[in-house]
Amino acid sequence: MRLDKLAKNILFYAVILGVWYGIARSHIWPPYLVPAPGDVYTALHDGFKDGSIWIGIRISMQRVVLGYLASVVLGFFLGLGISTSTFLEDTLGRLLTSLQSLPSICWLPLAILWFGLTDKAIYFVIIMGSLFSITMSMESSRAAIPRIIPMAGRNLGAKGLKLFWYVLLPASLPHLISGLKQGWAFAWRALISAEMIIISLGLGQLLMTGRDLNDMSQVVAILLIILVLGWAIDALVFRTIERKVARRWGLSVPA
Amino acid sequence: MSTLPQPGAAEPLRIVPTAPRRHTPHTANIALVGVEQSFTTRQGPRLLALDNINLDIAAGEFVCIVGPSGCGKTSLLSLIAGLSFPSRGEVQLNTRPITGPGTDRILIFQEHGLFPWLTVGQNVEFGMKMKGVPRPERRQRVKYYLQLVKLSQFENSYVHQLSGGMRQRVAIARALATDPAILLMDEPFAALDAQTRDMLHDELERIWLETRCTIVFVTHNIRESVRLGDRVVLMTYRPGRIKAEFKVDMPRPRQIEDNNVAQLSARILNEMRAEIDKSVQAEFSR
Repeated sequence: MRLDKLAKNILFYAVILGVWYGIARSHIWPPYLVPAPGDVYTALHDGFKDGSIWIGIRISMQRVVLGYLASVVLGFFLGLGISTSTFLEDTLGRLLTSLQSLPSICWLPLAILWFGLTDKAIYFVIIMGSLFSITMSMESSRAAIPRIIPMAGRNLGAKGLKLFWYVLLPASLPHLISGLKQGWAFAWRALISAEMIIISLGLGQLLMTGRDLNDMSQVVAILLIILVLGWAIDALVFRTIERKVARRWGLSVPA
Repeated sequence: MSTLPQPGAAEPLRIVPTAPRRHTPHTANIALVGVEQSFTTRQGPRLLALDNINLDIAAGEFVCIVGPSGCGKTSLLSLIAGLSFPSRGEVQLNTRPITGPGTDRILIFQEHGLFPWLTVGQNVEFGMKMKGVPRPERRQRVKYYLQLVKLSQFENSYVHQLSGGMRQRVAIARALATDPAILLMDEPFAALDAQTRDMLHDELERIWLETRCTIVFVTHNIRESVRLGDRVVLMTYRPGRIKAEFKVDMPRPRQIEDNNVAQLSARILNEMRAEIDKSVQAEFSR
């Protein structure tokens, strides 16, 4: 079954590659619009060889991880506040829900005016891009806990911080993880958007450099890197945790 | 350990752990004195759930409370548990009013309320961990109580891997492991099939005889109440009042098919019928 799936996918990507190659070879469009797969490969190869892609990956990852962690910590406390106070829930909670619908790139002009074309501005955009969704998921995952769980916890002598740490937090984990995963996706998007505007050595900037130099092979090469990285973190980190939790709780395992 | 074992003589294998020593004295008398409880409903009028309840429960007694659904049985338990408070009157534990939940009174719910992120053993350990019982003692008591409910080989399983009856047994072990003086059981076996229920009746009776804790057992199943209780308290439908009390003077272990059990059940059912009719009428006239 698994092999079958693998074979299907190999075939699928082989066909895409073939079609791409055919279109590039037909010269309907010039190579600076449609590069051949070989050109993209060369761009990747050169990028890794001269280190520019490695640097881009390192810097981008560092930013997104730090910004994301800051969001998680901030979101944790905001979520805690919102879920424990009806006043905050009705006011701040509503505000955050509406802010959540704002595309993260909208924060960029504000960030640039406040912080200039600096790393700080990039971090600001990452945090703004992911914080609200993380906060709201912290709050909603608390609300999804069956009433009997905290009741049983209190009955067995857990209260205050102990109740939170040993009962409420683990009880909200299945929901929390999907929220954290979504927050990660938002952070990743915000990062690349911000890096495209602010010259700062990250992957987003490499993408824009390709554009500035009319180098479509580099653009496609960096796109592939961004795609693979985003997918890898999702699959290796978040889906692994999700699967672990699901197995433990006896929930249906997400594919 | 001072003498060497005789050559060839096998060391006796200790399989059964000894019963853990008690932390709380088991002399908990519960008294409900003129207890009244009312709730404000969404529609506005205050709903009188419990009205003038006077009930004394002696230490080590097994009391069953029966009544139609909506008679306030669960409210009564939650008052004793300290999870809610009476609108009037007083709920006392050893003549002192109850001010909140405590690990001397553990509730067991119809849905087991076990923690799905913990193993069976960790679930049983939970209350002791909250209490700050040292780890070695915790381990020993987990072993003991899992053996008591005959689930030793499931210590490392997760809750979802167990059947409904096994889950309730874990819940019982988890409750007992905190060494409570009082076990409050809220229709704990209602969601189980008849066979499993019969088996758990036997087990609960055995465990009760072994631990001698006080049990307040709420059910709508009259047979069950007679099978288990020293005393059966019958409550009326809304507002919940105590309609009658029945002493069950039958030797243990009892059988649910026993003739005497059936006869007393029939008597109680007779008394209860009017209340059931009221509850059914209220349900359908809504």
